[in-house]
Amino acid sequence: MKPVLPALALLVAALFAASLLIGPAGLGLGDSLRALFRGDGDAVVLVMREIRLPRAILGLLAGAVLGLSGAAMQGYLRNPLAEPGLIGVSSSAALGAVLALQTGLAAALPLALPLSALTGAGLSVLLILLLAGPRGGALALILAGIALSALTSALTSLVLNLSPNPFAAMEIVYWMMGSLADRSMTHVWLAAPFMAAGMAALLTLGRGLDALTLGEDAAQSLGVNLPRLRLTLILGTAASVGAAVAVAGAVGFVGLVVPHLLRPLVGARPSRLLPASALGGAAMLLAADIATRLVAPDQDLKLGVLTALVGAPFFLHLIWRMRRVEA
Amino acid sequence: MTNARHGGCHSLTFVPRLQDAVPTWAMPGVLAMTAVLAMVCGAPPALAEAPARVVSMNLCTDQLAMLLAAPGQLVSVSVLASDPLSSSMVDQAAAYPANRGGAEEVFLMRPDLVLAGTYTALGSVDLLRRLGVRVVQVPPVTSLDQVPEQILIVGQALGREDAARKLAADFAAGLAALAVDLPPATAALYYPNGYTTGDGTLANDVLAHTGFSNVGATAGLTGGGILPLERLVMARPQVVVTSVPYPGASRSEEILDHPALAKVREKAGISASSDADWVCGTPHILRAVAGMKAAREALE
Repeated sequence: MKPVLPALALLVAALFAASLLIGPAGLGLGDSLRALFRGDGDAVVLVMREIRLPRAILGLLAGAVLGLSGAAMQGYLRNPLAEPGLIGVSSSAALGAVLALQTGLAAALPLALPLSALTGAGLSVLLILLLAGPRGGALALILAGIALSALTSALTSLVLNLSPNPFAAMEIVYWMMGSLADRSMTHVWLAAPFMAAGMAALLTLGRGLDALTLGEDAAQSLGVNLPRLRLTLILGTAASVGAAVAVAGAVGFVGLVVPHLLRPLVGARPSRLLPASALGGAAMLLAADIATRLVAPDQDLKLGVLTALVGAPFFLHLIWRMRRVEA
Repeated sequence: MTNARHGGCHSLTFVPRLQDAVPTWAMPGVLAMTAVLAMVCGAPPALAEAPARVVSMNLCTDQLAMLLAAPGQLVSVSVLASDPLSSSMVDQAAAYPANRGGAEEVFLMRPDLVLAGTYTALGSVDLLRRLGVRVVQVPPVTSLDQVPEQILIVGQALGREDAARKLAADFAAGLAALAVDLPPATAALYYPNGYTTGDGTLANDVLAHTGFSNVGATAGLTGGGILPLERLVMARPQVVVTSVPYPGASRSEEILDHPALAKVREKAGISASSDADWVCGTPHILRAVAGMKAAREALE
């Protein structure tokens, strides 16, 4: 076995550092590090600790959440097309977040923002599992996902269009594509606990998902509690994806591409794929966020644009392969 | 009589300024507009009398028309005139029916003069002209010096030259009284999504007039553009002027509550906000100038 996890961890660390050191202010390396670790230099400290650090942390966490939840859903459904963005979990979370913001609930009680997004994400996972069934075929899963995404995206747009705030309608793109621009530590404190708890729950699924590769009966005879596994999956995905979307918008394709790329490297075992996908997702989102700053520094290019440019060809490739397998 | 005829020919007076202010890509439109106005000049008899039914379709002409029009002369103003975040004359606007700037809606009000902005509702303006309605388009002002000129343009269009001359003179005197003789301090104008305005904007001129140098202009922005929060923080402005948030939530406006911006403002100790008074080149902008003068003097 290749040392996949240490290599991925190194990659994530390098990208995290790059995310901290790259920005429109063009600070020197020494200045940046001194400001970050020792608090020297007033304006530089603000830039490093209040602007770049939260952005890098959220990129790391949101990416990890998306990669991990993608791997977990694919393991449970034994379907390589399951991914929070494609099957409508992210867009349902976005609807929850937008409702909390536009009703004023989030202004009155900050925790309402992640909780409402979490509720949206949880309901959608539940609905997808009901519609596609525990052994849902690719077609049922994707159709249910398309319907759910279309419905929740339309409702999100409706809510934003009806808002008295003229900026809200312009932000439809943000909720569909995601962005980490100008996030603050407030957002980190709000979302990080939910993302961490959700990821911890999802990471416990490894052994159960390994057994499930042999089929449900075999898994049950190996002592896997399937209803419990499913509940953990739903709650873990809802908490982590919900919180990630609430602060960063819905970024697609990370959960599709990353497990697919890493699966051959970890011997296709879900228990090893889960942590690898978390690290891979973090690396992909950090890289995408760095790219938004390098490609168009003053334009706030959306994250989802870049992940879709990479992810959509992957998606087509997967469908092409499945078509040949099924034929 | 000479006066009235001259009233239709105001286009000639502001064309040189337009060429300075309007980017080259907009020139064909401006030339076309000049041509239309020149044609209006060529039809003097109808202009001898002041228009009796005036409809304004633009927030800035709304306010100038409300200040200048004779009783009963102004029939309708735009809906924005009733928006407290954009308009300084919400109470006065309540006395007029509002229009949304649609050609059909405006035409049915049977106006003999329509006041519009240069860039707003061009389709509607075009259609109204083809229906035979006289439309006067007023360009946005980009400096305080242009405000008296703007007042005179609208005054001439309304046939209220005397009132306009008085208002313009009052404005010039008010502006002179608010002059600040202090070395420039740094100020930043910061709006949702990190938008700021630089050189060649009215807000920039308000800062220049009150002893501030604009961080946006120093960063090389002409007109408006995005100034990343990092660069705003690094510029260490002594005063940050932000906009008043709209009701309902938006991610665009969250940047104005960002902790980094809050710390910059805390250090400055003075917070100013740009409200409806900053939007248009009307006498109300003197309140914005007075507010910034107070902010500048408080820094000493």
